[in-house]
Amino acid sequence: MSRKPRDKRMSIEEVIGSLESGMTIGIGGWGPRRKPMALVRALYNSDLTDLTIVSWGGADVGLLARAGKIRKLVYAFVSLDSVPLEPNFQRARQEKSIPEVVELDEGMFQTGLKAAAERLPFLPMRAGLGSDVLVNNQWIKTVTSPYADADGAYEDLVAVPALKLDAALVHLNRADMHGNASYLGPDPYFDDLFAMAAERTYLSVEQITDTAGLTVDTPVQRLLLNRMMVTGVVETPNGAHFTNCVPDYERDERFQKAYAKAAGGDDAEWQAFHDRFLAGDEAAYQAAVQAFGEEAAK
Amino acid sequence: MSDITRADVCAAAIADAFAEDGEIFGSPMGMLPMLGVRLAKLTANPDLVISDGESLFLAGVPPLFAKGDVVEGWIPFRRVFDVVAYGKRHVMMGATQVDRHGNQNISAIGDFAQPKRQLLGSRGAPGNTVNNRTSYWVPRHSPRVFVESVDIVSGVGPNRAAQAGAGASKYNDIHRLVSNLGVFDMTGAGGTMRLRSVHPGVTVDEVIAATGFELDIPAEVPTSREPTFEELVIIREMLDPKGLRFREVPEPEQASS
Repeated sequence: MSRKPRDKRMSIEEVIGSLESGMTIGIGGWGPRRKPMALVRALYNSDLTDLTIVSWGGADVGLLARAGKIRKLVYAFVSLDSVPLEPNFQRARQEKSIPEVVELDEGMFQTGLKAAAERLPFLPMRAGLGSDVLVNNQWIKTVTSPYADADGAYEDLVAVPALKLDAALVHLNRADMHGNASYLGPDPYFDDLFAMAAERTYLSVEQITDTAGLTVDTPVQRLLLNRMMVTGVVETPNGAHFTNCVPDYERDERFQKAYAKAAGGDDAEWQAFHDRFLAGDEAAYQAAVQAFGEEAAK
Repeated sequence: MSDITRADVCAAAIADAFAEDGEIFGSPMGMLPMLGVRLAKLTANPDLVISDGESLFLAGVPPLFAKGDVVEGWIPFRRVFDVVAYGKRHVMMGATQVDRHGNQNISAIGDFAQPKRQLLGSRGAPGNTVNNRTSYWVPRHSPRVFVESVDIVSGVGPNRAAQAGAGASKYNDIHRLVSNLGVFDMTGAGGTMRLRSVHPGVTVDEVIAATGFELDIPAEVPTSREPTFEELVIIREMLDPKGLRFREVPEPEQASS
């Protein structure tokens, strides 16, 4: 009998195979940074539909919108940073091809995940008050403080609803086979909150090491996820491409530009981009990206 | 110096917006705000806390978009939200639309359900405006930006905040709006937008013509101050030797003659 915790290594296909249409899926990272793009690309190519996607969005949202996967989108922004407006997302919104959208303030988004992670129905905050976030989301209610403030007033605050997830997809730099994982860049983003807000968390990483390897050259504070939070681990080198995953790699700006151009172009341009990069599996994608890089370097 | 540019005037006006903030996080969105905040830190307000726009507080004041300065703190996105709620922050955001009540829109143009033009999304504007001091920067002042009523309220102006109650109005503080034509604040009649100064070479009538709502115009409108010699040296030699600021604020054709 093994005396070790479970081995949670999975393939990309196994992760996608364990998801179902209609699920609420949170995607970690932030905008064009450290997104679990290998898993997102597999979602894009899957036959799953009617998904609710919860994301501080970048190309993850753009790709899934373009593929018609999203029934409902919960976001605070969708941006590629150096390309401020995500063309696939813009098109989807302007054509109204995403049936339901929930636009929140960035901080409300964190508070909603925190409420879910703490198994609370809501948490109070100021963000949203007075803004059209509450006008466009009539289902989001306010709550009156039971405590008087210094002036004797009972403040109304936003009761930010818990953003409960069926599954979370996140990408970190390193993990062991059990799901303990570290980020090596400067920002953890909110991947631990996504994991704790979700019933199941699938983690892709640049590299799977043995457990001792996680702290051999890295402070223990970098261990963002522990195995209690993680359902499955997938090794996907360059798996956040074309978003960044520092210090392993920066964002591939050249590729991002090509993506944005195709996404903002006509259907034939997008089809060509799809055929060249997205139609195959992850290995085919990485090979096509490498060829693109070599071509561009000439 | 007779060759003071409009971009230099804007940088000084932005720096002035942060001059009396003391030891709080000056958080600029966009190039001129970044220049202005760093200028403020090197002149009127050395206590100002600045970041690399990513996740680090910087002890030094590097040129625009330079990396590798001394780090004095850690400010990943989750901690930015902490500071927003804590209140020791002054953010200067952009505005695709802004109205006379100081409401700002960066979400979408047109109807929210099916916008004519989808923009970024509301980002942190709803939370910023009810938690910490907020200013706006508009590089191209026009009636399309300065509208009677914004299509979608992302950033909350003082009137809307008051209507939403003490929870919203307590910390609502729309401080300044700086455009390529002038400087504005929210001290007009009934908490509406007032013209505070016009930049050198700009007339009050030009500002009125470029604004799609009725501004509060005082009897005497001062001219925005010119940057000092020291400020010009800092802008030109230290912070922006490559002249990146002119991409955002090109020199108007008539103004320098």
